Amino acid sequence: MGEFAYVAPTSVADALDVLREHANNGRRAQMLAGGTDLLVQMRGLDKAPRTIVDVKKIEEANRLDIGSDEIYIGAAIPSAALNENAALKALLPGLIEAADLIGSTQIQGRATLGGNLCNASPAADTTPAMIVNRGVCVIASGGGNRELPVEAFCTGVGVNALADGEFLLGLKFPHPAARTGDAYLRFIPRTEMDIAVAGCGVSVTLDADGRCVDAAVGIGAVAPTPLKVEAAAEALIGTKVDDDALAAAGAACTAAASPITDKRGTVEYRRKVVAVLCRRTGAIARDRALGAS
Amino acid sequence: MAEAVDLRVVGTTPVRPDGVDKVTGRAQFGADLNMPNMLHGRILRSPHAHARIKRVDLSKALAMQGVYAAVSGADFPMLASGEVSGEAGGDLADIARNVMARDKALYHGHAVAAVAATSLEVAEQALDAIEVDYEVLPPVLDVLEAMAADATLLDEQCFTKGLSETPDKPSNIAAMVKLARGDLEAGFAAADVVVEGEYRIPMAHQGYIEPHACTATVNEEGKATVWCCTQGHFDFRTMTAHILGCKIADLKFIASEIGGGFGGKTVVYLEPVAVMLSKKAGRPVKLVMTREEVFRATGPTSGSVVRVKVGARKDGRITAAKAWLAYEAGGLAGAPVGPGVMSIFAPYDLDNFLVEGYEVLVNKPKVAAYRAPGAPQSMHAMEVALDDIARQLDMDPLDLRLRNAADEGTQAPYGPKFPPIGFKACIEAAKKHPNYLAQVPEGAGRGVAAGFWFNIGMQSSAEVRINEDGSVVVMEGNPDIGGSRASMCLMAAETLGVPYEQVKTYVGDTESTGYCMVTGGSRTTFATGMAVVRACEDIIAECKARAAATWGVDKDQVEWQDGTAVPAPGVNADVNPLSLADLAASASATGGPILGKASLNAQGAGASFSINFADLKVDKETGAVEVLSYTAIQDAGKAIHPAYVEGQMQGGAAQGIGWALNEEYIYDQDGVMENAGFLDYRMPVASDLPMIDTEIVEVPNPSHPYGVRGVGETPIVAPLGVAANAVRDAIGIRINDLPMSPPRILAALDAA
Repeated sequence: MGEFAYVAPTSVADALDVLREHANNGRRAQMLAGGTDLLVQMRGLDKAPRTIVDVKKIEEANRLDIGSDEIYIGAAIPSAALNENAALKALLPGLIEAADLIGSTQIQGRATLGGNLCNASPAADTTPAMIVNRGVCVIASGGGNRELPVEAFCTGVGVNALADGEFLLGLKFPHPAARTGDAYLRFIPRTEMDIAVAGCGVSVTLDADGRCVDAAVGIGAVAPTPLKVEAAAEALIGTKVDDDALAAAGAACTAAASPITDKRGTVEYRRKVVAVLCRRTGAIARDRALGAS
Repeated sequence: MAEAVDLRVVGTTPVRPDGVDKVTGRAQFGADLNMPNMLHGRILRSPHAHARIKRVDLSKALAMQGVYAAVSGADFPMLASGEVSGEAGGDLADIARNVMARDKALYHGHAVAAVAATSLEVAEQALDAIEVDYEVLPPVLDVLEAMAADATLLDEQCFTKGLSETPDKPSNIAAMVKLARGDLEAGFAAADVVVEGEYRIPMAHQGYIEPHACTATVNEEGKATVWCCTQGHFDFRTMTAHILGCKIADLKFIASEIGGGFGGKTVVYLEPVAVMLSKKAGRPVKLVMTREEVFRATGPTSGSVVRVKVGARKDGRITAAKAWLAYEAGGLAGAPVGPGVMSIFAPYDLDNFLVEGYEVLVNKPKVAAYRAPGAPQSMHAMEVALDDIARQLDMDPLDLRLRNAADEGTQAPYGPKFPPIGFKACIEAAKKHPNYLAQVPEGAGRGVAAGFWFNIGMQSSAEVRINEDGSVVVMEGNPDIGGSRASMCLMAAETLGVPYEQVKTYVGDTESTGYCMVTGGSRTTFATGMAVVRACEDIIAECKARAAATWGVDKDQVEWQDGTAVPAPGVNADVNPLSLADLAASASATGGPILGKASLNAQGAGASFSINFADLKVDKETGAVEVLSYTAIQDAGKAIHPAYVEGQMQGGAAQGIGWALNEEYIYDQDGVMENAGFLDYRMPVASDLPMIDTEIVEVPNPSHPYGVRGVGETPIVAPLGVAANAVRDAIGIRINDLPMSPPRILAALDAA
C-alpha cells in the first residue's frame, strides 16, 4: 500500500481546514468513509502518497434523521446500519435494497452511500436508487454547505462535481408522498459478489385510482455516469403503470443508454437488459405504491 | 483385492486430521513462513504479449538501497529441449523458459526479471528501475489463425512433433496426436443419422484460493531449503534442480498446507527464482504472487476448438465418430491434447473412429494441468453430439449412452482392454435416480452427459512407525489437497486392525520420506494408499515375528486379528494376545523400534466414469441461467472416505458449471487479459449453485487392496456437456460455444 498520513477531524470546519491547507500546499488529501473503494485503490494502481481525511468522526456525516418532510442520511453511515433500520426500509425500500446489493456482510459494515456516490462508478448500485428518490447531495464547502441533485453529482467515470476543498457531508431525500413506491434491480451474471452489467431504479407515485402522478427512472452501468431518464418517467406518468407503459419506459431507457462493450457485457446486451430491468423494477415500484395506498 | 466384506473403518467418515487447524487459522500455508532477515521478492513481468527481449539491465535496481539481489534470464542455464520431468512436468526446457523468459516474452505477464529487497515497497520500486528493451512483435491470439501457414511464429525452432515426417518448416503447431480404428467411411455410410458441429471454449483457470507462494534460503554451503505450496514437493525439487543446474541433494523442499491446486500447482513458477535470489542475496527470500499474477502467469487450461461428427443407426448404435481438436498451449508447448484425443470417445465402444489433435502455440500463458487435463474440452463436444443424436432419434439420452457404453473387455480407443469399469453401473444408477425420474420443472431444461478420466498410479513411498504406546505414525510424501491424510489413516487403521484415532498421517519433506510423485492424476489414494497398506502389512509381518519370538513359536504360527497378534488356530500356546501397544512396550527386548515401509510403482489405476444430469432454467429476457438441481453419479471403486469422495464430485461439478456458464479468459487485441481477478473472472459463488446431489457407485478396482479408483478429476468433465445440453433443452437452441454467458444466450435467443 502507498504511504499515507491519517487525520480524523471532529468538525466540518476542521475537515475543511485540512483540505484547504493541503490544497494551498499542493498536497493530496482524500476523504475516507468506509474505505471499501479507497483502500483497494491504494493497494492497487494508485500508490501515490496522500493524507487520508476520515469523515467518520464528524457528527453531520453520521447523523440519520427521518423527518416528516425530509430524510437525512449522513455520508459516513455504514450500509449495514441503513439496511437494519426498519423505518428507513419502509420508506425507501428500493434504496435500501440497492445498498444491500453491494458487498458482503463484512463489507457492508464499512461501505457507505456517500462513498458509493463519491467513487462515481457508472455501475454504483445506490446512485440510480438515490436519483429516483430525488436525492440531494449536501456538500461541505468553504463558503458554507451547498446542495446538488444526485444526478448532477457524477460528471464522468470516476469523476464527481466536488471542487477542491469540498467534501460530501450527507444526502437528503424528500419524505415520500402517499402511494409512492420505489425499487431497484441490477443484472449480474452471478447471484452476488459482482458489479452491475446494467441497473435501474424506479419510483412511482399513484393517485387513489392507481394512476401514476409522478415518476422517476434512473439507470446505471449503461453510460459514463448514472442517468436520470426523464422520458422514461414521462412514459409512466398518467398511466396505470401497466405492461404497455412499462415497455415504453423500458424503451426510453434503451434510448437513453450509451453503453460500451467490455468484459461485463456488450452494447447490445446492456441496451436490451436495461429495458428489461426497467419493466421489472417499475412493476415492483407500482405494486409497492399500491400496497402503500 | 482384499475381501471387501467386514470393513471396520474404510467407508466411514471421521473428521480429517488437518481440519481443526484449518478452520481455526493455525494451519501454515505457502505465504505463512517468515524468517529472520528475510527479503521480499517481486517479479517483473512482460507488458507485451509477444516481444523479443533485446536487453535487460538490472544495474539501477541493484544500486538501490535495500535491494539485495536481482536476476533475469541470463542468470539461469539454458536447457536443451527434451528433458522431461515426470508425468506432470512436461518439457523442462519449456518450464525453465516459463519460469524466466530468455530471448522472448511469449505472453503478457511472462516473468522477465526479479528482485529481492528489504520490503515489498522497495522491491516494487526496484522493478521500476529495471530497464528492458523490447522489440514488440504482433501477438498471435487465435488458435486457428496461429495454425495458418502465414502466421507469425512464436518459436522459429518449433517443428511439429508426432507427424510421420518432421516438417521442413517451423510452425506454431507444436505437436499432432492421432488415434484411429476401423473404417470411418463405411461407418458413416451405415448411419441413419449423422450430426456434426464445431465447439469453442476459451481458456479457463483452476481458480485455487491460495496464490502461489514460497520462501527459499540458501546457506553458505550452497544447500537450499524451500517452503512452498505445491502438489508435489519431490517433483518441484527435481524441476528446480534441473532449471538451476544444481544437484537434487542440494535442495530440500517442504510442502506447506495447500489452498487448492486442481493441477495448477504441479509445476514450478517461483521456486527456482526464489532459490536464485536467495543464493545471490545470502538471505532468505519470500515470493508471493498476487491474484492478478496468478491469472496472468499461471495455469490456465487450454482454450480449444473441437469439431466432431458422429453417425448412429436408428437403434442408437454409433457407427462412426470423427473428431478434430486444436488446443492452445500458450506461449510454450505443453497442452493436454494427448489426453483430449484419448478421452473424447473413451466411454464408448466404437468400431470406427478417427481423432486428430493439434497443440498450438499462442501468446497466452503456458497452460498447466487442470483436473482431467484436456478431457472436458473434447468430451464436451462428443457429449453434445450424442445429445443431438438422442434428440433426432427421440431416444432417452441415458439409453443412447447405455447402448454404446464401454464395459469390461471393451477395447479403449487409446489401446488397452478395460478391466472391470463402472460406466454402465453409473448409467443404470442415473436411470433409477429420483432426480432423473422427477419431472423437469416448468420452463427448465434437462441435460445429461458422461465423464471419464484415466487416473494414474506411478511411484510412491510410505513408512509406518509404531510409537512406544502403540500409536501409529504414517509418513508419506503427498501434499494433502482433498483429505488424503484422512484416507491414509483409514486404510492404515483398517489394515492394522486399530481404531482410526490411533493413527496419525504426516506429509514428510523431501528428506524425511521417500519419493512420492505429485498429488495429481487422481493417484494419491490409489498409489500412495497402496504403499501405506503395504507398509502396514510390513508392520504386521514384523509384529507377528516378534510375537512368535516372545512366545517361542514359529512366526507362521502367529496370526494378526483386530490389531493383536494371536496364536494361529491349533497352535498350542498358552499365551495372551499381544496388541500393538504390548509389542511396542516390549520392542527394546524384541529388536528395537517397529517400522514398516513400502515403495512401489503402482500399476492398474482404474478409470473412473460418471454420469451427471441437471435441470437448468434460462431467463429468456436476460439470458441468465439458474441451476435448479444437479446430480453427479460416479464410480469410485471403493470410497475410502465417502464424504470426501462426495466433496470431490461436488467441487468438480461446481468448477465445471462455472466453466460452462461464465468463466473465460477475456483478451484485448494486444493480448492483455482484461479480467485478471475474481470479480470479472466469474467463478460461481455459493449462492449460484444448489446443493450438488451425489451418488457414489462402487465397482471395485481389482488392482487396489480396497478397490480404490481415483475420483478427483472425472467430476469436472461431464458438467460442460450437462450444461450445454440442459440449455439446449430449455431454449430449443444449441449453443456451441462456452461459456454460455448471459450475453451469448440472449444473442442466440434474439437471432432465433
